[in-house]
Amino acid sequence: MTAVSVKNVWKEYDGRIVLEQVSLEVEPHSFIALVGPSGCGKSTFLRMLLSAEMPTKGDILVEGERLPGEPTADRGVVFQRYSVFPHLTVLENVVLGKEFAASPFLGKLFGKAKKQAREEAAEILTAVGLGDFLNLYPSQLSGGMQQRLAIAQALIKRPKILLLDEPFGALDPGIRAEIHVLMLKLWRETKMTVFMVTHDLSEAFHLGTRVIAFDRPRNRPEERERYGATITHDLAVWPPKYPVSDTHIASGGTTRLLDELEALPGRPGVGH
Amino acid sequence: MDTAAGGRPAVMRRRMINVYPTRGVALFLAALPFLLLLLAYLAGSAARLADNPDDKLLPSFASIGAGFARMAFEADPRTGDVLLWVDTAASLARLLAGLAIATVMAGVFGIAIGLVPYVRTTFNGFVAVIAMIPPLAILPILFIIFGLGETSKVALIVIGVAPVVMRDMILRVDEMPRELMVKAQTLGASTWQIALRVVVPQMMPRLIDSVRLSLCSAWLFLIAAEAIASQSGLGYRIFLLRRYLAMDTILPYVAWITLLAFALDFALRRLQRKAFPWFAGRA
Ligand SMILES: Nc1ncnc2c1ncn2[C@@H]1O[C@H](COP(=O)(O)OP(=O)(O)OP(=O)(O)O)[C@@H](O)[C@H]1O
Ligand SMILES: [Mg+2]
Repeated sequence: MTAVSVKNVWKEYDGRIVLEQVSLEVEPHSFIALVGPSGCGKSTFLRMLLSAEMPTKGDILVEGERLPGEPTADRGVVFQRYSVFPHLTVLENVVLGKEFAASPFLGKLFGKAKKQAREEAAEILTAVGLGDFLNLYPSQLSGGMQQRLAIAQALIKRPKILLLDEPFGALDPGIRAEIHVLMLKLWRETKMTVFMVTHDLSEAFHLGTRVIAFDRPRNRPEERERYGATITHDLAVWPPKYPVSDTHIASGGTTRLLDELEALPGRPGVGH
Repeated sequence: MDTAAGGRPAVMRRRMINVYPTRGVALFLAALPFLLLLLAYLAGSAARLADNPDDKLLPSFASIGAGFARMAFEADPRTGDVLLWVDTAASLARLLAGLAIATVMAGVFGIAIGLVPYVRTTFNGFVAVIAMIPPLAILPILFIIFGLGETSKVALIVIGVAPVVMRDMILRVDEMPRELMVKAQTLGASTWQIALRVVVPQMMPRLIDSVRLSLCSAWLFLIAAEAIASQSGLGYRIFLLRRYLAMDTILPYVAWITLLAFALDFALRRLQRKAFPWFAGRA
């Protein structure tokens, strides 16, 4: 349940303005879909939310606090490429987040702790349909499988904010529909605030509680240097997807996530 | 490796870049340059020997074989050692010690410089300048400081190899997608954990590649150091034999050195494939 507020953010690269006057109030547990033409600064905006990049001007607040100056574990991310570690197997990629938290010096778990972490990781991987591929390396997976791995890897940290940069671009429609179901389920259960960049409007409206469009109001060649893109449309999606019933929250939210996933219809992976 | 699926006539129409030799042809072609060199040598040697049976420059294969056998299987009358093996052991010990020290240094410093901005600003320029010193130019200094023993020879290899490998490591760390660094941070990793679990494991196979490429210069420095001041070693021996124009033993020594270098390179390649299966399979 995390509110985000973006206050008059500008971003320049070498004097070239990419984003200008971006202001946005995001309610806790929103699913924000970001759309806009290529090169308008959507990825840049996500990188700023991640603290991988600093705004040239303006502030980004999370629950009223300024963002820390570097990426932290409460903001997870799935990039379009290079999201998973090529030298680790599927299972190791997901266990890694646990190991960082539990083992400051070696970054590696042993014995019982290791077994536990691996079991938890395997559960999440089964939930995203990778239960049968635990010991493969990412280069042996398809693009869609890699994206699902990246999602599982981010989720094991239980981030408060999840940033997705065109996460499902490489997926075929069937898998994509399955991942959409999964994504909505995860979003409901974990109560994350999600920002997702997509070029697919129907995906934006299907998943988002709110669709935000970036564009350049002035886009003549001579204006491009001096004027950046900004928010041109901000649509609440109707009907609102109100996510979780109170009884569900009372019954203990995230811990039940995996049980629910087990019951998901059309879940890929198992039985392949 | 395979040719077109079932299509022999299509071969003519395909571009050169798409035409592959079959297995047998490939073997023959790979052997061809070696055979040609061998033939050229045999012809030259035969011609010179016909002119002058005492010619030392291009000895016949028989005398090369005899020279090799003398070095490899007979004890030297003066020392009682079988020279080839004594030389090989001495040289390999120096080479491997130098390479090991250089690899560890280059790995540790290269990764630290590549990863941590403060370390980089402190040492990047320094390494760039040090790497430009011609190692052989400081060989006399090494002899003065470390004496003529083993230390100065190992030091020469380290000084010659480490900076190059180190700079390569810095470039390879730079090359890592920024996304992976950000990703590791979002998983809660500290700098130390990123180094240990993300950067080092990804750099290991690249370090092996880099060391393989510098094997050649490592041998160069070894032989140079041995030629100048040593009592044993492959480099020492060939420079000693030069005084007697003993081509019949120099040539097999050179072939032996080449074989050792090739074997080392091959072993490193195998090690890389075995230990880092993900590296070979990456996209
Ligand atoms: N590190 C950088 N240095 C300089 N310019 C940059 C940098 N990163 C992005 N830009 C510029 O910022 C603009 C926005 O890039 P960004 O990647 O955010 O676009 P995007 O909206 O994500 O596009 P796409 O939909 O194609 O992914 C581009 O014009 C790009 O050239
Ligand atoms: Mg982008």
